[in-house]
Amino acid sequence: MATQRKTNEARSRLIFGDLWEYDPAPETADPKLKERYDLFIGGKFTRPRSGKYFASINPANERKLADIALAGAADVDLAYAAASRAFVRWGSMPGRERGKYLFRIARLLQDRAREFAVAETLDGGKPIKESRDFDVPMAAAHFFYHAGWADKLEYVAPGRRVVPLGVVGQVIPWNFPLLMLAWKLAPALAMGNCVVLKPAETTSITALKLAEILQDAELPAGVVNFVTGAGEIGAAVMGHPGAAKVAFTGSTEVGKAIMRQLAGTNRKMTMELGGKAANIVFDDAPIDQAVEGIVNGIFFNQGHVCCAGSRLLVQESVADQVISKLKNRIRVLRVGDPLDKNTDLGAINSREQLSTIRRLVASGVREGAVMYQAPCELPERGFYFPPTLFTRVTQSHRIAREEIFGPVLSILTFRTVDEAIEKANNTAFGLSAGVWTDKGSRILRMSTELKAGVVWANTFNRFDPSSPFGGYKESGFGREGGRQGLLDYVGLT
Amino acid sequence: MSRIPVTKTPKVYIAGAFVRSESARTFKVSDASGAFFANMPQCTRKDLRNAVEAAAKAGPGWARRTPYNRAQILYRLAEMLEARSGELVESLVRFGARRADAEKGMTVGVDRLIHYAGWSDKYAQLLGSVNPVASPHFNFTVPEPMGVVGVIAPDSPPLLGLLSMIAPVIASGNTVVALASEKVPYPAILLGEMLATSDLPGGVVNLLTGFRKEMVPTFATHAHIRAIFAAADADERKALRLGAAASVKRVRFAEPVGKAWFSDSAQGLDLIRDFVELKTTWHPIGS
Repeated sequence: MATQRKTNEARSRLIFGDLWEYDPAPETADPKLKERYDLFIGGKFTRPRSGKYFASINPANERKLADIALAGAADVDLAYAAASRAFVRWGSMPGRERGKYLFRIARLLQDRAREFAVAETLDGGKPIKESRDFDVPMAAAHFFYHAGWADKLEYVAPGRRVVPLGVVGQVIPWNFPLLMLAWKLAPALAMGNCVVLKPAETTSITALKLAEILQDAELPAGVVNFVTGAGEIGAAVMGHPGAAKVAFTGSTEVGKAIMRQLAGTNRKMTMELGGKAANIVFDDAPIDQAVEGIVNGIFFNQGHVCCAGSRLLVQESVADQVISKLKNRIRVLRVGDPLDKNTDLGAINSREQLSTIRRLVASGVREGAVMYQAPCELPERGFYFPPTLFTRVTQSHRIAREEIFGPVLSILTFRTVDEAIEKANNTAFGLSAGVWTDKGSRILRMSTELKAGVVWANTFNRFDPSSPFGGYKESGFGREGGRQGLLDYVGLT
Repeated sequence: MSRIPVTKTPKVYIAGAFVRSESARTFKVSDASGAFFANMPQCTRKDLRNAVEAAAKAGPGWARRTPYNRAQILYRLAEMLEARSGELVESLVRFGARRADAEKGMTVGVDRLIHYAGWSDKYAQLLGSVNPVASPHFNFTVPEPMGVVGVIAPDSPPLLGLLSMIAPVIASGNTVVALASEKVPYPAILLGEMLATSDLPGGVVNLLTGFRKEMVPTFATHAHIRAIFAAADADERKALRLGAAASVKRVRFAEPVGKAWFSDSAQGLDLIRDFVELKTTWHPIGS
């Protein structure tokens, strides 16, 4: 009897689960890394005033990739001075000429796409299939899209004339290093602003590789400047009096600190902060598609995604079915070497982030949720975490309220549409949400009632340069992408 | 003996009702000649709490009204103001406004309400979009109200400033808790009486009177106020921004000063845009 049950259970699983092992399929393109990366100020690579460098490691094996310049306040001053000088010409250049530089950047990035994808995967730990098929092509697409806006400023705000703001300070996170850079640079430059940008401490390499492209594109010196380092340099970039505007993507905690830091100024701000998205599955949803969407929603980029579908709300009548299919599905996710083309989940970005994930997962167990982890072998070196589900999660659990930023899904159930809306909106965040149902009118009702800036219906984690992205409530303000995103980089006259 | 006039007890308009301050405090208001006029409710954070609760309750219903309906209600409010403009002008003059300015302020205020009435069913087409994404998805962006918005009105012009700040905020379906001018609060009391007869559902606009010094920090930190629209000095701006950081409130400061409120540049689509969220929805295009 017991044997019979086991066979039935095995049959319901995906048959290719553990029948054979995959051969390694490493991506071998040369990332063309330098041993040492300097700051990029005034169109030149320059040594930091301090003479200090820090190591950037590969989170997949903890080996050093390169030394990165450690910027200080004096370097930030130089970067702002260079940007401010460059603005005189850049801000008044005819839009059609400005646009050509952006088109060039897009094309040059496409030329070197594979090299950049490998560099991104080495530096950040994300699977090569994602950096190759998503991060790099999408970054190029952002430059291409915004390039075409540069000579169309009169169409940005109906009834008003728009002008560039000046120098913009930008700080970006480590989860999509090159893509976030493109999201920030492209609209700022298209609207005629100059930029001082700080990449995340653990993922500076592709920004500095992009600086090579900016040189090849002959972008005028000082239009874009990169300063590298940790949080205090980020604060210096955000707080610099030379910034007409600042844009930040990162945690809600740091975003609030920046808002306080700038409280006494007139600085314009864009904040793209954390999230705790509800992914809502109704009983009439196409269940197999929904399961794929849930997996994509939470395990894409190891869950290091501000808009990740980290709270699954599933209708009670199909909860057992969905959870069982999910468990089967995550058993066959491949965790390991990010450079392997078959890898689904790569390395956690840093030791620090790994310990954050572990701490929150431990709180989930302690608070009484039931944990399921896919049985998978993790590499001995490097930072890894297995795909993890929690069932029996309540709304008060920390794992249902706080952003984990890892491959951890908290599952809650609901009975009625109203309950789903109530639970989905019961969060301080409001970045994104997902809805799975076959009923069109229900999709539109959910989309109207969910307090989130992006709603994915019968899909998840889709992005496009023409599609505005940004949050409600404590997920921040301002939009990136589309015509709407341009308004955050212009003044109205 | 000549008849003794019946004087009015000023009450603030919260949740569609006229109430005294929850803390039962008042402050004395004199007219421009220095003569005693009335005891004005000195609203405190308890009144703000009640007003925010009322605004939050009224919010979903107001946001669900059709844009056409919101437009007609704003137009109806303009009708109420036009009909009682004499009374409003007298109240402004009594508290020191030049008659010409008071009259001009009233006509501009009524016209401005009509301006925003007309926007109610148009701004979505200008601020929203269908987005040409590079994948088989239908993708569209629509503006939605933020929720409860705190308005802090200028002292000059007290009524036109208040109207100019409330109208763009409610046109898109937000609800408002407003602090009236501290120096000239009485026109806001009259405005409350007009709101009550304008078909605007109770709780959509709530008007408080009181001291800026007490109320500004409370507006800044109330977590259920999603955005602030304030005519504020440098210190108040900093306090509002600091408080706003705790719950990532959107903060917008009113730009006009003095006579600039009379100009057409003190109104328009940009002020509506500052108090909407943009929501983007994706759906696959399939068989």
